[in-house]
Parts: sequence; C-alpha cells; structure tokens
Amino acid sequence: MTVAAAPAVGERRLTIAEALREAIAEEMRHDEKVFLIGEDIGVPGGFGGAFGVYLGLTEAFGHDRIIDTPISEKALAGAAVGAALMGMRPIADLQYADFLFECMDELVNQAAKMRYMSNGKLSVPMVLRCPVGTANRGAQHGQCPESYFVHVPGLKVVCVSDAYHAKGLLKSAVRDNDPVLFFEHKLLYGSKGREQAGGMDLTAHVPEEEYFFPIGKAVVKREGTSVTVVATHMSFYRSLAAAEELANDGIECEVIDPLTLLPFDDETIFASVRKTGRLVIAHEDTLTGGWGAELAARVAEECLFSLEAPIRRVTSHDVPLPVAPVMEQTVVPSTARIKAAIQRCCEG
Amino acid sequence: MSDGARVGSAEPDSAELTADVDATRQLDLYRRMQFIRRFEERVYLLYLQGEIPGTLHQSQGQEAVAVGVCDVLRRTDWITSTHRPHGHALAKGVDLRSAMAELFGKATGCCGGKGGSMHLGDPSVGMLPAIAIVGGGNTVVTGLGLAFKLMRTDQVAVCFFGEGASNEGAFHEGLNFAAVQHLPIVFACENNLYGASTPFHQVSLVPDVASRAPAYGVRGEIVDGMDVLAVREAAGRAVAEARAGAGPVLLEFKTYRFAGHSRGDVKGYRSREEEAEWTARDPIVRLREHLASAVEEVVLDAMDAQVEAAMDDAIEFARQSPLPRAEDALTDAYATVISRETSS
Repeated sequence: MTVAAAPAVGERRLTIAEALREAIAEEMRHDEKVFLIGEDIGVPGGFGGAFGVYLGLTEAFGHDRIIDTPISEKALAGAAVGAALMGMRPIADLQYADFLFECMDELVNQAAKMRYMSNGKLSVPMVLRCPVGTANRGAQHGQCPESYFVHVPGLKVVCVSDAYHAKGLLKSAVRDNDPVLFFEHKLLYGSKGREQAGGMDLTAHVPEEEYFFPIGKAVVKREGTSVTVVATHMSFYRSLAAAEELANDGIECEVIDPLTLLPFDDETIFASVRKTGRLVIAHEDTLTGGWGAELAARVAEECLFSLEAPIRRVTSHDVPLPVAPVMEQTVVPSTARIKAAIQRCCEG
Repeated sequence: MSDGARVGSAEPDSAELTADVDATRQLDLYRRMQFIRRFEERVYLLYLQGEIPGTLHQSQGQEAVAVGVCDVLRRTDWITSTHRPHGHALAKGVDLRSAMAELFGKATGCCGGKGGSMHLGDPSVGMLPAIAIVGGGNTVVTGLGLAFKLMRTDQVAVCFFGEGASNEGAFHEGLNFAAVQHLPIVFACENNLYGASTPFHQVSLVPDVASRAPAYGVRGEIVDGMDVLAVREAAGRAVAEARAGAGPVLLEFKTYRFAGHSRGDVKGYRSREEEAEWTARDPIVRLREHLASAVEEVVLDAMDAQVEAAMDDAIEFARQSPLPRAEDALTDAYATVISRETSS
C-alpha cells in the first residue's frame, strides 16, 4: 500500500460523506468480497444510510451487495462477523454509534476474540461504521462511545475528522484483516459543523489518485512549541480554533489528530510532548475512563520528566446528553473550555 | 495427527438424502456416538484427577444429535457450537488427539491451548471455535450463510444451540434475518429440558422451540433426539432444503444430558425417575439393540475396543504433548499488529 504525502492544497475538495462514498465505491470495485450491510442503506428511494453516505451505490453495484437488514443490530453485526470469518469483507453500518450497545456480544465476544480463540487460524476482516457526536439528538443518539472499544483487545478503533484521512483510512480498514470500528462525527459529514468549528472549512483536498492512510498513525496537523493538544472529531476543530486565538497571545499549540485510538500512535504524541513539555487532551467522549485517561497514563509513564505542567483533559461532562442546545453546549467541550485548559496548562 | 482418530464423516454426499441407511453406515453412526460417549467419560475422570484444567460441560446422552446432524454435512459445510461442544467437534471431524490436547491445555491442541473445552473448533473441518455465550452463534451463523449466498457456493451452515438460547434476543434476530435473506442455514436446537438447573417449562409457556419457527416464516420440526436414525433423516431433509436455496429450517431435537450442567452439578433439580426414563432411551444402547439383528455382538465389542484404544492413544498424546510457550499468550489477538513498545 502506498501512503500519500501530506495533502497539498488542491482544487478537488470533498466533504467526509463524499470521501467515504468514494472509498466504499473504490473498494467494492477492487474486491467482489466487499459488501455493505446495514439498516436503510440500499432501499430504492430510501435514505442511502442515515447520513446519505451510500447514495447512488445501489444503482452502481446492485442491491445484492448492499444488504438492508431488519432493525436487528445483533443480527446485523453477527452477520458481518460471520461473513468476515468466511473471507468476505463486510462494511457494516450502525446508523448511530449509540446502537453499538445492542450488539456488544457480537463485537466484544465474537469479532474481537475469534482470531485469538482459533489460535490465529481465523480472522475477522470487517469494518463497522459508527456515527457519533452531539447534534441536538439527546441522550441516545449523540454519544461518543469509542472509549468502550479502546478497552477491547482484538478490535481496532479509528476516529476520522477530515475527508482526506477518512478516505485513506476507510480503504485501509476495508483491507485490514482485523475488525475495525470506524467512528465518524455527524456534524462533520457535510458542512453542518462549520459554525461550531469556528467557521472553518470542513472540506479537504482529496486527490483523484488512489491512496491509503495507515491505521495506527497520528498526524500533526498544526505545529507548535508551547503545548501539545491531542483531539478528535469536533474537538479537533475546536482545538484548532483555540490554537488560532492563542497564537495571538504567543502560545503556539501543536495540534495532533490521533486518527486511530487502538492501536494508539504513542510515539508521535511522546515526541511532541518531549518537545513542548505540556499536554492537553480534548474529546467529546465523557471524562471518566475515556481514552484521554489512557493517553494521560501513558504519557505519565513515559514522559513524566518532560512535563512542565499537569496534563489537562477537556471532555464532555460525566452526564447523559441533554437536547436543549444551551445545555448540550455546556456538556460538550467548547472552544472556550479547550482554550481555557490550554492557558491553564501553559501557566503551570 | 492419526487418520484413525478422526471420527467425522468422510464425504457423505452420496448418502445425504438416503433415508434408508444400510447396516454399514449404521455401524459407523454407532462407532461415532460411542466415540463421543467414551471421550466424555474419559475426560471427566481426567478432570477429577486434575489433568484437565478449567471446567467441563458434557454431552453424554446427546450424542445422536451431534452425530446424526454432522453425518449429512460435507467437510466444507460449517457448524457453530456452544459451551457444550465436545460432541459437535468430534462429530464434525475435529481430530481426536488435537481435541484431547486442547482440553489438556497443550500446544498441540486444536486451538493451541487458547480455546479449551468451551471453544473447541477447527476451521479446517468447518467448525468455528465453539461460542460459549448462550445464543452467540445464532447471529454469527447468519454471516456464514450470507457469505455462502454471496459467493454462490452450495455450502450450508448449522447452528447448534440449546433450548435456553431460544429465550435470547439473538435467537429471534438470527432466525428472522436468516429467513428474510433465505440463507442456507439449519438451526439445530438441542432441547435437553434444562438451562443449567432451570426447567424449560418454567421459562417458556410454549413447550416446543420448533413452534417458534413459523412466527418467522420458517419450517420447524420436532425430532426424537435420542434416535440417531431419526436425527439423520430429519437433518438430511433440512440440509437438502437449505442447500437448495429454500431458506433456513429449525429442527428441535428432544434430548437429555445424562451428566450435570457442568462438572460440579449434583443434579438436585431433577428427579431420579426422570433420569431413569431418559437413560432407558440411551441413543447408543438403542442403536446397538437395533443393530443386533444385522451385526454380530463380537463386531460391536471389537468396535468398542477400537474406540477405547483411540482414547488411550489420544490421552497419551495429550500427556506427552508440550505445554504452549507462555509468550504465545500474547500472539494472535490481531492479524496485523502495529508494534508498539508496551510500557514496563
């Protein structure tokens, strides 16, 4: 697999939804064993998935390879696991990551453990796409549950926040021989999140040529010397916005998008922390037991004597999600909260 | 591994649909049931003697279901099994020595010691590592069927599960999905009357799991699970239907486990009378009696002796086999590992 160089500024800019659709179509053309399975993904005249990612694919590939399931997440996930065990490469879709809890057995007990229990004789090359993130949908349609799965040996966990990496990582995930949970933020599919991202352009240059981006590799998206900020999804864009504001005060943030949470690219983070001496972690997942806690522990173990201030985490508060926008925005990590945490970290 | 230790069916394609099973084949069914019975009895003693770690869920009494169903399967067909998988594994053709070694926790085991009793399996003979979560196989098996359908092979998948699993959501989701997709699957329910200690009538107002099948547009059939010929006949029809693309079938085998739920079970929840009633229907004794007219006693005795010798051989093989290397515990979680230094 070839790894493309950092995306140059190009003319062709895509949204994440468009980039994911391209990745899926390319992989379906490349390998007849790739198929799609989910709820409301291929029904003629339907939605093309809960967020329109599959629009046009049924027409291009036929309904046989785009399987609409009953509203049965256990069957859906179980079918993906079983088909993968037989050598197929399913891309399954859960509509909302909140529904992961309906199929925990299939993911945690079956997908993650079949390879190990078989002593390496079997593998489970499946991808499960899971939209996350608050969007005024409340407690059961807005969670960011990726940390639950970071705790499961045998799974891989990816979080994408831009079109370029979304496409390259999805293509890598489809060709990976392990089960990959692929978390995408609902506000980042198109341009809805633009306002919350401080007006930032949420499209990215996606080259025409085929490329892959490897699982397990973090990306330094903004270089800086004052403090390392590690953030995913919307929190990544809010961190970038905070970084721009703080630059005026002479604080130069190095903003890193980890992209893969399991296996985590420790070395990229460690190298940055050794340079800056300070670390802020921002994610929309809740605080306690969130992946930021794991990262903080690893940095404490490996880079303690490089740290000049305590590590700070900016996360959703430890409550279920409310719907009322004023409350919702209180719960999730805002640009202001991230900015304040960075400032505090830099004062220490 | 010794070929003689493989008890699974060879290639039964030619006999698949033949209801009339000749004496030679019946003799083979007898041998394979006896194989499972003696395996279970020998490993129980080995467990008590401390040679086998962990726990055991045993299938004495249920041999006719495993053998009768697997007899109509091809090597390329697949099965999923449960926390009580020894019989299924041996019937599908998992090598006896490697199954025994797996129970011993040895490197030569079919799962290299990583699976153990509850996860026996071998992909080379079409058996996933057994799924020890009740109902766990009922959804995963749909993926096997879906893969066969998408790849346009004529393979069939069989999902063994207990009556207890029919109260899991997975049973209903899996059956319905298999039905609407017309998947080549046989759901093989072993109704042994008890989920651990809980009698089925206490947890289901319908006494027959098969009666749940029509609710999903699936054919359900109740079969005497203590009669290997009846099992084989019903399974043969169901597998043929599934293979022909007619969609899934649910077979409910009425059976009984002579042993307890797991090794420490003193069976205080069921009566000795009930046990005696079912023991009188022992599928191995029944077939032996049935065979008496066609086969001389001495032939059957010789076959029993062969089975015993195979057990001796497998046990000795397991004993002599090396332990897994401790560091092998850290491999095989992933197909593709992105190596990182683990801290301290």
